[in-house]
Amino acid sequence: MKDRSKEDEVADININTVNKYFGDVHVIKDVSLDIKSQSFTVLVGPSGCGKSTMLRMIAGLEDINSGTISIDGQVVNDLPPKQRNIAMVFQSYALYPHMTVFDNMAFGLKLEKRSKDEINERVNEAARILQIEDYLQRKPKQLSGGQRQRVAIGRAITRKPKVFLFDEPLSNLDAALRVQMRVELAKLHNELEATMIYVTHDQTEAMTLADDIVVLDTGIVSQKGSPLELYDRPNNMFVGGFIGSPKMNFISSKILSKSSDATEVDIMGMSKISVSKMSASSSEGDSVTLGIRPEHLVVNGDADGSWESKVFVVEKLGDVTYLYLEKDGEPLVAETEGHSEIKVGDTVKVGFPAGRCQLFDSSGQAFK
Amino acid sequence: MSWKKISLVFLLLIILVYTCFPFYWAIVSALKKAGTGTFIVEYWPSEPVLKNFIYVLNRPAFGSTFFNSFLVSTLTVLFCLLIALTASYALGRIQFKGRTVLLLGILGTSMFPQVAILSGMFELVRSLGVYNTYQGLIMSYVVFSLPFTVWILTAFIRDLPIEIEEAAMVDGANSYVILFKVFLPLMWPAMVTTGILAFIGAWNEFLFALTLTISPEVTTLPVFMASFRGESEFEIPWPNIMAASVLVTIPVLIVVLIFQNRIVKGLTAGAVKG
Repeated sequence: MKDRSKEDEVADININTVNKYFGDVHVIKDVSLDIKSQSFTVLVGPSGCGKSTMLRMIAGLEDINSGTISIDGQVVNDLPPKQRNIAMVFQSYALYPHMTVFDNMAFGLKLEKRSKDEINERVNEAARILQIEDYLQRKPKQLSGGQRQRVAIGRAITRKPKVFLFDEPLSNLDAALRVQMRVELAKLHNELEATMIYVTHDQTEAMTLADDIVVLDTGIVSQKGSPLELYDRPNNMFVGGFIGSPKMNFISSKILSKSSDATEVDIMGMSKISVSKMSASSSEGDSVTLGIRPEHLVVNGDADGSWESKVFVVEKLGDVTYLYLEKDGEPLVAETEGHSEIKVGDTVKVGFPAGRCQLFDSSGQAFK
Repeated sequence: MSWKKISLVFLLLIILVYTCFPFYWAIVSALKKAGTGTFIVEYWPSEPVLKNFIYVLNRPAFGSTFFNSFLVSTLTVLFCLLIALTASYALGRIQFKGRTVLLLGILGTSMFPQVAILSGMFELVRSLGVYNTYQGLIMSYVVFSLPFTVWILTAFIRDLPIEIEEAAMVDGANSYVILFKVFLPLMWPAMVTTGILAFIGAWNEFLFALTLTISPEVTTLPVFMASFRGESEFEIPWPNIMAASVLVTIPVLIVVLIFQNRIVKGLTAGAVKG
């Protein structure tokens, strides 16, 4: 399947100022996106953000109210799904219950009127890749959830599409199987060298699978970038809070002073910290939000600024321990080593390394 | 056995007797001799005779009307299912204005009693030139069984997961492929259930058959049975009629027994997801 002689770095899928309404509800608002050929792009966001709708518009299962979507340079707005050279894997598998696994995977090829030999060859190859060769003559109801999802992926593979679309394919599987299938999907992407677009609400799946993550928030693209870009430099509070687990701590704060390359803020009136991030529109005395991830807080150690609080809850996960702190209604989660001696009721000093802090203005936009 | 169980069994027995007794009575009566013996109450025939069955089977019109009934009922079912399947796909899956009104209208037409549309149907059949033909009968039966069939199949199609249809669309299937290759195999329970009901409806129908046909070459079993005459104008030949009733019920019984397993599935399908 490595017969893709396409030049790299060509935007395989071009989404240009697309809008979508469901009745009066504006679900996709002027979204523009370029998705690179052979990349693995993950659309992520909370439920109702429009990520599935985006995917279904690319698939041709939803109409577009305005804007254009092109695949490989061709505008596909008015093309039915079958002419878009795509394959889709659904959350509920959507296998044909009355057909065997083989027939499920061969259905698309039969409709394309491929020769019997070619169908056999392609189905068997897909079955080999997905290790479902032993189940080819079974019906979907005789398979487990994981096996069914493999068949659904197999059905997509056999058709050798330009673009694979995945709509939350792992959310019906149990946790262990999800991790296993995640790794297999990553392998599959390397093996097939195809463009894949993947929708999920699970930020772990997004971080582990994606070349590019597109964070959607109520119908707009909140940020697009590599997983680490989003992790290190979120554009706004929404992305900062969505990427990472446990989620980023947000502490309300005030700008104490501004210099040419840094902004000094206070940490709950206890300490000051100078963060090397700027925003032209901010001024002294403005309310800002300081964001810092639990894993970047220093517990009982030295840092640029610090804060003391009583521990309310201790979660021991073995490799790490999460401490839940609170002061004046501001919650804070800090990560420390797995075998921590800290108990509920202890007072700990939490250090803030300035290099790890994010600042967000009152509208949630990040300081650069 | 607890009282609860005993009373349940007792209740079931009453229902069983209530539903089966008329049929049993028909069999017993069919085995009686004609004449005064008909009016002796007997729950078990003391002198069973087969001459009533032989009488019915020997009537020349029996074979032809039996064939007519079978042909008309079968074709009614086929046409009805074909039309209803395509209609219900549109009604169940495609969003268009006035869909609900249309569905309610379809249901509404099935509320008219047969007698109410009999004269209209007669005029229609006459003007189409299909009076006293199979086509005329089949047409009127299809008209009568369609609303119910469309309604049931529409409900069934609505319950089929939309993702299966979308997967088929992505796989390159057009509407006909989706309907006949993907949906149809999943719809057999509903098809069999509605098909059997349409078959029984057409098989038992009397009023239209009596009105729209005249000659024994075209007419159906119920009309044939009504044509039995006794020795005198004051006598109704009950044993012969009963024997005919028993004979014409047998094909329906066979059809139901063959598809019984699927009917049960069909009646519960869609009630629970999965």
